[in-house]
Order: sequence, then C-alpha cells, then structure tokens
Amino acid sequence: MARKKKPRKRGKRASRARRAARTNERAPTRGRLRAAFRRRRRQPLPLVAYVTAGDPDLKFTEHLVVRLAEAGADVIELGVPFSDPIADGPVIQRASERALKAGTTLSEVLKLARRLRRKTPVPLVLFSYYNPVLQMGAERFAERAAAAGINGVLITDLTPEEARPFVGAARRQGLDTVFLAAPTSTKQRLRALARLSRGFIYLIARRGITGARTEVSGEIRAQVKRLRRLTRLPVAVGFGIARREQVAALERIADGVVVGSALIECCEKAGHGEAGLEAAAQLVRELKAVG
Amino acid sequence: MARLAGATLPDARGHFGAYGGRFVPETLMAPLEELERAYRRARSDRGFRRALVGLLRDFAGRPTPLYFAEGLTRHLGGARIYLKREDLLHTGAHKINNCLGQGLLAVRMGKRRLIAETGAGQHGVATATVAAHLGLVCTVYMGEKDMARQRLNVFRMQLLGAEVVPVASGSRTLKDAINEAMRDWVTNVESTHYLLGSVCGAHPYPMMVRNFQSVIGWETRQQILRAEKRLPDSLFACVGGGSNAIGLFYDFLRDRRVKMIAVEAGGRGPELGQHAARLSSPGSGDGSRLRQGSGGRARPGVLHGTYTYVLQDKHGQISTTHSVSAGLDYPAVGPEHAYLRERGRVEYTAVSDEEALEAARVLARQEGIIPALEPAHALAELLKRAPKMRPKEIVVVNLSGRGDKDMDILAKTLPPGRGGQAGQA
Repeated sequence: MARKKKPRKRGKRASRARRAARTNERAPTRGRLRAAFRRRRRQPLPLVAYVTAGDPDLKFTEHLVVRLAEAGADVIELGVPFSDPIADGPVIQRASERALKAGTTLSEVLKLARRLRRKTPVPLVLFSYYNPVLQMGAERFAERAAAAGINGVLITDLTPEEARPFVGAARRQGLDTVFLAAPTSTKQRLRALARLSRGFIYLIARRGITGARTEVSGEIRAQVKRLRRLTRLPVAVGFGIARREQVAALERIADGVVVGSALIECCEKAGHGEAGLEAAAQLVRELKAVG
Repeated sequence: MARLAGATLPDARGHFGAYGGRFVPETLMAPLEELERAYRRARSDRGFRRALVGLLRDFAGRPTPLYFAEGLTRHLGGARIYLKREDLLHTGAHKINNCLGQGLLAVRMGKRRLIAETGAGQHGVATATVAAHLGLVCTVYMGEKDMARQRLNVFRMQLLGAEVVPVASGSRTLKDAINEAMRDWVTNVESTHYLLGSVCGAHPYPMMVRNFQSVIGWETRQQILRAEKRLPDSLFACVGGGSNAIGLFYDFLRDRRVKMIAVEAGGRGPELGQHAARLSSPGSGDGSRLRQGSGGRARPGVLHGTYTYVLQDKHGQISTTHSVSAGLDYPAVGPEHAYLRERGRVEYTAVSDEEALEAARVLARQEGIIPALEPAHALAELLKRAPKMRPKEIVVVNLSGRGDKDMDILAKTLPPGRGGQAGQA
C-alpha cells in the first residue's frame, strides 16, 4: 500500500537509475526508446518518422528506414497496414492500400524489422491496429516482435481500459508500450495511460485523423503540462506535422515530434525510387535543422 | 437465464460476456464517454421519454400492427404466422426508432449536425428525415457500390436536405462508410453527433441502439398476448449489424420457451468474400452447406470499436462480404449477438441470395406485401421451417422494412414477359 505514493516523491536521478536498472535486466534494448528523446541544449528536437511498411513494397520500406535514420530520424515508427484504418487520413489510407495490395502482413513486417535491425541501430516502434495483433495472439506477437529487435509497440485502437492482456504480454518480452493521448483526454484518462506507457507518450496534436494540417495550439501546451505532472516519460507530438514552423513552435513544449503523412506524400510525389527516398530524407533533414 | 435478461448487460465498460467494449483511438474516448453520460441521463428523464414516445407515435406511426398472415399460413400449411409490420413505419423500416431516439439525444447534447453511415440507405433516409424534422444539418456516408444499387434512397436523402458522400475506399460498402463516418466524427466532434444505425461499434452504441429498438419486441409481446393469449413459439429476424433482431428478441430473452432464429446473408456461397454469415454455426439449416470446408469463417476480432465475430483473413485483415441485400452486407455483427450465440440463446443460420429473392416473391403473391430484401432472408428461413411445424405453433417474423428500395433488383428476377426486361436497364 505504501508503494502507491512513492513514485512521485522519488528524486529525479534516483528514479531514473532505478528504472534503468529494472528495465535493463530483461532486455538490453529496453530503455533505448526513452533514451532517444534525451536532448542536450541546442540540439534539435528529436524526430519520430512514421512509414507504412510495405508501401509500395517491403524492399522500398527497408531502404527508406535506413535513409531516414541516416538523415537524422531518432525513432522509426513502422506502420502495419490495415484494411480499415479509422484513425488515418487519406494519405496513410492510400499507403495502407498500396501495402496490402503488395501482400504485406504483420508477419512480413516483423521479418522486415529483423532485417532492419542488422542495418541500423535506430529504435523501432511497431504501429498497428489491434486486430492483426489479436489474430496472431498477443503473446506470440510480443515474442516475435522482441526477437526481431522491435523496441516498442503502439496499438492505435487500444485504450488503457482494454489493454491489460496486451500490456502484460509486451512487458514479459521487454517491449515498451506506447499509448496515445488526445487533446480531449481527461486527467483521469491521462493518468491511466501514463501508468501503462513505457518509452514515450504520443500526444495527438488535434482532434481528427492523421494528415498534414495542424496548427500548434494552446491546447497542446496545456495537455503537455498536464502530462508532465503525471509522468516523467518524454512526450512526442504528432498528427499533422509537416513544416518547419510547426516543429519550431513545439521546440519548447514537447520532447519530440512525429512526422508521418508528410513523408509518405514526399515519396508519392517523387515516386517510389531513389528520388522518393531522397525527398523523404530531405524533409527529415529540414525538420531537424530547426532551432 | 436471468443473467441474459439484459437489464444487467452490458457491464459498465460495455461488455457482453467477452464481447463488446471500446476499441477506438484515444481521440474518440472523450466523445463516447460524453455520449454515454448524456444517454444515461436522458433515459431516466421523463421529458425526454415523453418527447420520444410522442414522436414515435405521431411522426413515425407506432405502434405498428402485428399482422396475422393468413394467406402465407395457408400457403405453407404449418405454423400460424404473424408479421411485425415495421415496414409500415415512416421512412419504411425499423431504423426510424433508433434515429428519433438518438436525434433527440443529439439536440439535448447541443449538437447541430448529424452524421450517419448507411448500407441499404434505410438508416441514411431515417437519419436525414429526423435531421430535417429537428432542424439539424445532416451528412450521410454511403459506399459507392451501395449508392448504385439503392439509388432511390440516395434521392430521398438528398430531397430531405442531407448531403450524401460517396465512399470509394475498400469494398465501397457499409464497412467503409462506417470508417468514413468515424473519421468525420473524430474531426468534428464538438458540433456533431454520430448517429450509428445498428447495434455495432463501441460502447454505448450497442446498448443504446438496442434499447431504442426494443420497442419492437415490447409491442409484439403485448400484441401477441392479446391475439393468442400466449407467447409465440419462435421469433424470426434477419441480422446484418443486428438491430432489428435484437429489437424483437430483447423483451423475450427471459422467456426460455420462445425460440429465436436469426438469419444472416449466405450470399453466393461459402468462400470468404461471397457471403456475410458470421455467426451461423455448422450443422444448422443451410448454414452448414454455406460454411463447410471453407476459409470463409468468422473469428472473434476487433472492428469498428468492438470485439465480436468478424469475417477476416488469417492475417487479421477484414474481408469483403457479399449479399444481394445491402443492409446485411457487413463483415462484423453486434457484440450482443456474439454473446447470445455463445450462450446458445439464439440460433443463427444463413440463407442464400436466391432463397431470399424467392421469399420476397412468395410474400408479395401470398400477402400483397413486398418486403425489403433484408427481412426476406428471415422469411426464407421461415419458408423452410413452417411447413414442418405444428398448426398450433405461433411464429413472429420481424418484417423490418419494405421493398420499394429494392425494386431494381427484384424487377430483374421477374420472369420474361412480366416486366423482367424492364429491370435490365
């Protein structure tokens, strides 16, 4: 019972050390995700790059992830395509359709992660809707993801209320569980999702679906503030981040930004070849050059 | 059995046994919680109930008759057949019951805009009607494929002032229309109420829509007791999402001796993508033939915010479905149905496109009633079973909608020389 109040009273350094000790005993990769957001003064804001795996095929995704990491992406979110992506705007919907048409499955994405692990040390977060994971089985999925070198998992349509079995399976394999926080999340909900989160918290920048059109608002600032009181985890802001001004505006607020649709559009416009890879890498370099 | 009595289900988090719940992006959690609170408050508010009862009576036309189908009874030579005439309601289907309830709720919540998905167009028309009546702005999402096969309903919605947005993604049917509606809702949640049309989706929708539709069974119970002095032996209804079936069944769940048969769309055959049979178990009726030895079986999974039986491939990608009736053409089913199946309370079976079309023709000729293709599925199952029943047995079929919207499809099945060519256009 005494444990309940303890975490908030702990000193910053002690807590960090203790957590590191706890997390490192099971998996050497644990803690990598969180470390990716550690930033010294005057360094650019850490950047999370989302790519839909298999768009238009897995080979391209493999090259793309490596290039984005080289260009400075600090974390890669590997999106598992799903037939009914209700949280996503038209750009990621199109990407998912292309990936599914190419026959991309969760199994194949895990194999891709394994290949990527040999090529780049960049932390990988698997980003999926729940059903494909559920059909593989949470335990089996967590085992395979950990074996492939995935660092964390974010399930778009899994909220803390329903997440217990999945979080248990992920913990046993040393996978970080990233949860979404929304501008509309109540304090009570923020607390619940902060408690289950590891690695970082993904704050959705606005009401709505993914896609490039967010203005950084006071709402985000207030929500980050609320999160800070509940957790020491880094907060990354995403949904609709595409331009330098947005990143600059988030510089002092968040611990990181997530870019997704804008990268996919780069590849769409320049074509899924060398030009597309370069265009996407260029966007990452631009966004990292802020500040 | 008392636990089936629904007053206790779903639990506080929207679960019917293992099924139901809320599987949505975090952005939708606040609006769902707001909706649930508003609904619970409204339900115990006398003013709200009075307004709803008034609209159901004067605007929609409740109570609907429970009609003894003498011609059909004679024709089949078995059980005594009653039809619950939801097809006589304003807008032509049971959908209006739920739309009036949610419409009033939306007004109470201060929403100025209604959005809805629609398959057959019946729910879209009912939503557009309620929006016009209550002075709300209305947008309806409809799959392109459904827009083509239910053109008349598209015109009706437009005439009622609704904007009908074609959905070109995925299978271009109901499931994709729901995706689009959810995206709209999450974006415009402050001004907008998502008027979901069936007992699907995240909590509180399966509970709320069931409660609004349970008026069907509530009336039926009183009417059959008046007419026959006893409860029916069996109830028949079709199941797409499952709102008309649960609406009829709900008040009888406690009465163990009342059998319930829910009929799904068997479509063209047992392969994945050719049907919309999610719950029909092998060994029951034609369901066995439709499902045998195929990969076309539904498994529990998550779609549109709820955990239920879903038609999907082995990688968890949602499958396309087929049914001649757009209203049954959906890969998932309401979570309460999944639960009722597991408990063995309701028997789930499926009939083919052909059988449904034939049943529609039979009812038209024997009773002078042209049913929608959705309840024609329930009738088709009845046609198979009624002749084998004893003459004392009493059967109620939920005639959940009328066939006007399906004229294009029905006309094509007419024999040549009887207008069959007209349908080729």
